[in-house]
Amino acid sequence: MTAVPTYDMPDERGHFGRFGGRFMPEALVGPLEEITIAWHEAQNDPTFTNELERMMREYANVPSPLYEARRFSKAAGARILLKREDLNHTGAHKIRNVIGQALLAKRLGKPRAIAETGAGQHGVASATACAYLDLECTVYMGAVDVERQALNVARMRMLGAEVVAVEHGSRTLKDAINEALRDWVTTVDTTHYLFGTAAGPHPFPTMVRDLVRGIGDEAKAQCLELTGKLPDAAVACVGGGSNAIGLFTAFIGDESVALYGMEAGGDGVDTDRHAATISNGSVGVLHGARSYLLQDEDGQTLESHSISAGLDYPGVGPEHAYLAATGRAKYQAITDAEAMEAFELLCRTEGIIPAIESAHALAGSLKVAKELGPDAVIVVNLSGRGDKDVQTAAEWFGLLGGDAK
Amino acid sequence: MTSLDETLARVRAEGRAALVGYWPAGFPTKERSIRAIETMIAAGADIIEVGLPYSDPVMDGGTIQAAAGQALAAGTRISDVFDVVEASVAAGAATVVMTYWNPVERYGVDRFASDLAKAGGAGLITPDMIPDEAEEWTSASETHDLNRIYLVAPSSTDSRLAMTANEASGFIYATAVMGVTGQREQTSSAAPTLVARLRDVTDKPIGVGLGVSSGEQAHEVAAFADAVIVGSALIKCVLDADDEESGLAALRELTLELRAGVERD
Repeated sequence: MTAVPTYDMPDERGHFGRFGGRFMPEALVGPLEEITIAWHEAQNDPTFTNELERMMREYANVPSPLYEARRFSKAAGARILLKREDLNHTGAHKIRNVIGQALLAKRLGKPRAIAETGAGQHGVASATACAYLDLECTVYMGAVDVERQALNVARMRMLGAEVVAVEHGSRTLKDAINEALRDWVTTVDTTHYLFGTAAGPHPFPTMVRDLVRGIGDEAKAQCLELTGKLPDAAVACVGGGSNAIGLFTAFIGDESVALYGMEAGGDGVDTDRHAATISNGSVGVLHGARSYLLQDEDGQTLESHSISAGLDYPGVGPEHAYLAATGRAKYQAITDAEAMEAFELLCRTEGIIPAIESAHALAGSLKVAKELGPDAVIVVNLSGRGDKDVQTAAEWFGLLGGDAK
Repeated sequence: MTSLDETLARVRAEGRAALVGYWPAGFPTKERSIRAIETMIAAGADIIEVGLPYSDPVMDGGTIQAAAGQALAAGTRISDVFDVVEASVAAGAATVVMTYWNPVERYGVDRFASDLAKAGGAGLITPDMIPDEAEEWTSASETHDLNRIYLVAPSSTDSRLAMTANEASGFIYATAVMGVTGQREQTSSAAPTLVARLRDVTDKPIGVGLGVSSGEQAHEVAAFADAVIVGSALIKCVLDADDEESGLAALRELTLELRAGVERD
């Protein structure tokens, strides 16, 4: 084995090479520094880590299994192992992040948490963690998404959260983040911002990574036990990038493991309707960090498009920008059509309805399987379940109404 | 020494605070934004902050969001911002640009600085770019002799106040409250404390903004600050007006009131 240089990103100011950092109003720099220090201390405090580990095990159903998808593998032409984050409480990897951050909010003495949400998955996870840990919860959601995702809005309210429909800008996820930041700058003495992905200003990209990296740590041990070796590739979908960085982190030092991030290609990256930030965007600053984003000539943020609400974001976490720039991970775009084909394939071969986000990773694994051949072992992060997507998928496949096939 | 430094020195010698008016370039159109700025200058604004309208203004409340949204919908580009700066300078005010960071980075930091200097602009206010990330901007601003105006807040630690004051030039922008831009009923009790903490670490001029909307409030702030910054209240004059004429009349009236307010008796 060749010696691998130690990976020690980010630097102490949150830079991953030229990416990341803290592009934030000064008013929030003090609070961000407070979180940075508190998180560092918490990680080294067994009282905190034991408590978090217990909650993960007892409440969140973590660790999740690594499941050998035999019939899907046959169709793919390689050995596909699914990291079953869809079996976690609330149905996605996001519970790992929110429980950790909610517990940190308690430690910081903050009685209130705010969160942004696109489709509502992070909002539901946040509302769940806040109910579980007795925190007041406000979720900001673009007005367009509030209309599209009525069931998730009801879920959050059922769990005791206040849901605020954001009417500014494009009235979607990025505007929900803007509004949450406006709330936070006003209420930071009493409020923790439960940021939903491995993006934003330092320390969020690093803290969220640390909280979700169990996905890859577990998968690595499970893969060794199951197959006796490391996988040849690890594949995950990338929106903001939390589930992907959660899977990748354990493998970054293992050069033999190829890392693939699958972005939302929407109608195709040759159209202007996609969310393929790394594959088709450019370097800039959005929501507190330098990374890739979709922007026009003047640096105005462009709207993204994807069938998957969870990937429909014009930015991406800075560590993915770094992994892409250094070539350690490869990023590709998967179109809506390719994702939905893989969605259907998993339903029919395994009896598992994946989240449409995760279907992008599945579609990517079909391509990677062709590249690597039948002996390859590929770990795919099945980051969430598809119950929330039944309406969208049913419309896509024409399963509603009297004319259904 | 920039035109901003000169204006602040002159106003200080006059024994009053400077009145700083914020206006988004292109709101409601490019031509009308120029007429609004000329109106403020004629009514006594010493310094103009030209806002660069941006798609994701996280530090701004509803009024400036609405104005910036209209400016973008009217097709405002970065080159228009420089034209508005040029017109503001021609009308006789020291003029700076207030902008979120991404448009500058996208345009090219040195190119932006160069074009701003060519338009007669004195510097940049950067609400989401702190000195910690400013390497490229520090060098470009030195090259083109522009002021670096940074924000500080009640939550800033003593060491950050000192560091930021040290890196800043022109003036230091003290945000009076923890929050976003917009009018408030009462002036902040945090502002005098923040300014006093700043005075302990710097002799540079200090401007106070966020929430100032009346002559009375301006007067209170002028007692302890070198510059009084007003944005949303001015913009509302035009945002809420039925036509351009009545909007500009209201704008002129408020500016006169604020200008009288910044005198220290």
